[in-house]
Amino acid sequence: MASRKVTRRFVAKTAAASTALIAAPFVSGVHAAGKLTLGLWDHWVPDANKASQALIDEWAAKEKVEVTVDYITSQGNKLLLTIAAESQARSGHDILALSTWLPAAYQEQLVPMNDIVDPLIKQNGAVNGTVEYLGKVGGQWLGVPATIGSQLKGPVSRIDLMKKHAGIDIQELYPAGAPPKADSWTLDAFLKAAEACHKGGVPFGIGLGTTSDSVDSVGAFFLSFGAELVNAKGEITVKTDKVKQAMEYMKKLVAFLPPDAASWDDASNNKWLVSGKGALIMNPPSAWAVAKRDAPQIAEQCWHHGFPAGPAGRFGPFLPFYWTTWKFSKNASAAKSLLTHLSSPSAVEKMVVASGGYDIPAFANLTTLKVWAEESPPKGGLYHYPNPHNHQILSIAAAPAPHKIAQQIYTQGVQTQMVVRYATGQPLEKVLDWASSEIEGFMRT
Amino acid sequence: MADITVRSASIGSPDSRSSLHKLMQRKSTIAFLMALPLILLITVLVAYPAGYAVYLAMLNKSMTKFVWFKNFDFLFTRDTFWMVVYQSCLFAITAVIFKALIGFIVAHFVHNIPSKGQRKWRGMLLVPWVIPPAMSTLAWLWLFDPSYSAFNWLLQPFGLGPIPWLGETGWARFSVILVNVWVGAPFFMIMYLAALKSVPEQLYEAAAIDGATWWQRIWYVTLPMMRNIIAITALFSTIVTFANFDIVRVLTKGDPLNTTHLFGTWAFRLGIESNDIPLGSAVSLFMVPILAVAAVFILRDITKRGSEV
Repeated sequence: MASRKVTRRFVAKTAAASTALIAAPFVSGVHAAGKLTLGLWDHWVPDANKASQALIDEWAAKEKVEVTVDYITSQGNKLLLTIAAESQARSGHDILALSTWLPAAYQEQLVPMNDIVDPLIKQNGAVNGTVEYLGKVGGQWLGVPATIGSQLKGPVSRIDLMKKHAGIDIQELYPAGAPPKADSWTLDAFLKAAEACHKGGVPFGIGLGTTSDSVDSVGAFFLSFGAELVNAKGEITVKTDKVKQAMEYMKKLVAFLPPDAASWDDASNNKWLVSGKGALIMNPPSAWAVAKRDAPQIAEQCWHHGFPAGPAGRFGPFLPFYWTTWKFSKNASAAKSLLTHLSSPSAVEKMVVASGGYDIPAFANLTTLKVWAEESPPKGGLYHYPNPHNHQILSIAAAPAPHKIAQQIYTQGVQTQMVVRYATGQPLEKVLDWASSEIEGFMRT
Repeated sequence: MADITVRSASIGSPDSRSSLHKLMQRKSTIAFLMALPLILLITVLVAYPAGYAVYLAMLNKSMTKFVWFKNFDFLFTRDTFWMVVYQSCLFAITAVIFKALIGFIVAHFVHNIPSKGQRKWRGMLLVPWVIPPAMSTLAWLWLFDPSYSAFNWLLQPFGLGPIPWLGETGWARFSVILVNVWVGAPFFMIMYLAALKSVPEQLYEAAAIDGATWWQRIWYVTLPMMRNIIAITALFSTIVTFANFDIVRVLTKGDPLNTTHLFGTWAFRLGIESNDIPLGSAVSLFMVPILAVAAVFILRDITKRGSEV
């Protein structure tokens, strides 16, 4: 067997190489703290992504983490499909934006975020009940309430048309920079206004399809009557007086809505407003933003305000996003650090400004930023959009049912379908039987 | 060392080499090897996803337990499911009949155009089929749009409309079938045109000598000669139409009142949007027995006629 002579030079080289190998992970390099991937909701507002990208880059440079951000559109359910695929594959982004029902749907796979959400609440103020209902399950926060994409789908009215046809001065009810004086803005007043505008040839544009905008609006009307299809205990409560009252009201309202409202999707109401055909829609300021670009004379007549009050209160449909981290993420600690950075008041303000006031932070202290008072035209038209005076209860359709049942009531548009069935001539009892039967089906585990 | 010697001796023996050689010489072995890439492709892209769908369809809602056929049992109790079955059958059968009729008529028109200008017509008529359906359906969506419907605008001067194209069950079903026929008819047209071109001219000449009318020539010459193509095209189109997703998804999303849902769109609504992947998989698998029965009947007929020839 051939022997090899060990020289002094060989020993020195080996020692140097071993030291370098052992020390390598601790050398402070450009991306020494590893990699992080984000899947964020691709904003409708063109330059809004730039603000979040800048904030992420700022954090990445400071923490020396290599960050990749994918802005994933919700058009064509791309974001929903990405979430489903990552959940099945148990692989994907370290931080992923999940909306409304999804944190609860994927709760077993998400990292609890109490350690950062609780301090954020102390820092930025409490979150509204809907944010807590959707994001906190079994005492655990499943994600950090996100600024990007969180929205309120309250009414946006045409100042001129409401005055002309319904005799309502919406700016007087919801004055810019001051608390609402909207005691008279009730469901009855809303119905009368809907009738007047319908007669005037500019009907209210409320959809009755099964997509989110339609479901949110109808859900808020139901809640205004205290009408729950399933209560918090998971009991079916379809055949109650409150539900029947809500159905009767909706039947009257449907008569004043566009005849094909049953087929409306989330773009239909935007087009309705921008085309000048309607006096009111239920939407965040994206429709107004499009009008500002394409039909400025309409944009300057748009005023965002609160929902009409019903017997059970005034409910505004709120749809929050959450930034979540999968349990299979390899860099959860860095993810949490970045999410804390993105939830600081200054970061939140930058994102809200970049979105033109579209995004609504979940935290109470951050709903009175200057941007909503300053956006124009008309100046003050967005002031009441984020519910700065807690004038309405922020809600979501199908609440307070347990999440897995509520999600199906919501995504399958049970409430809108009930309304359309009743409005098109089916007897109320038959409609309620149908709804009960559908919901019984949602109870399977 | 001894082992190695024995093994290498057995490998290198003329007997084993010749049997391997014989195996490789067999037609069936060569055929298998040549088909192997396709078998692998089908295993990865068809068999595995199909098997996985069957597996998913047998899990409970939270995907933690194997429940065998309980999801299917459950579906049989749902009214909406039976409505989806009805709508899928109505959609597929009506659309295939109209596509076949229109394709047959247009193929005759094109066949009668002098060959010099025929290519242009063929190209133009194929346009609806070659545009990605999701894109062309978007254009149809604008034509049917509640606020800006071009069709309603055209009907207005005649005192007609506005028609709720997508807002009322009857009209919405008509609209999705119309778009499917528009997209799919060119496929029938091109297949029938190819079949027409292969009918020997002498048969028509003989029929003309026998005094056959135009209708008799179609009935006794053209149709029997095209029978196999008609059957295969109808089968292929039935499968594709049953499995349609994009047209309904873009136009109506299953609305109004779920009356335009097909198996594919309903499966998506349940599986992805409502987070019930096992139930969504179970719905999507219902297409298999329906299409399998159709395929067996049509292919059996074709084979029977093939053996008669």
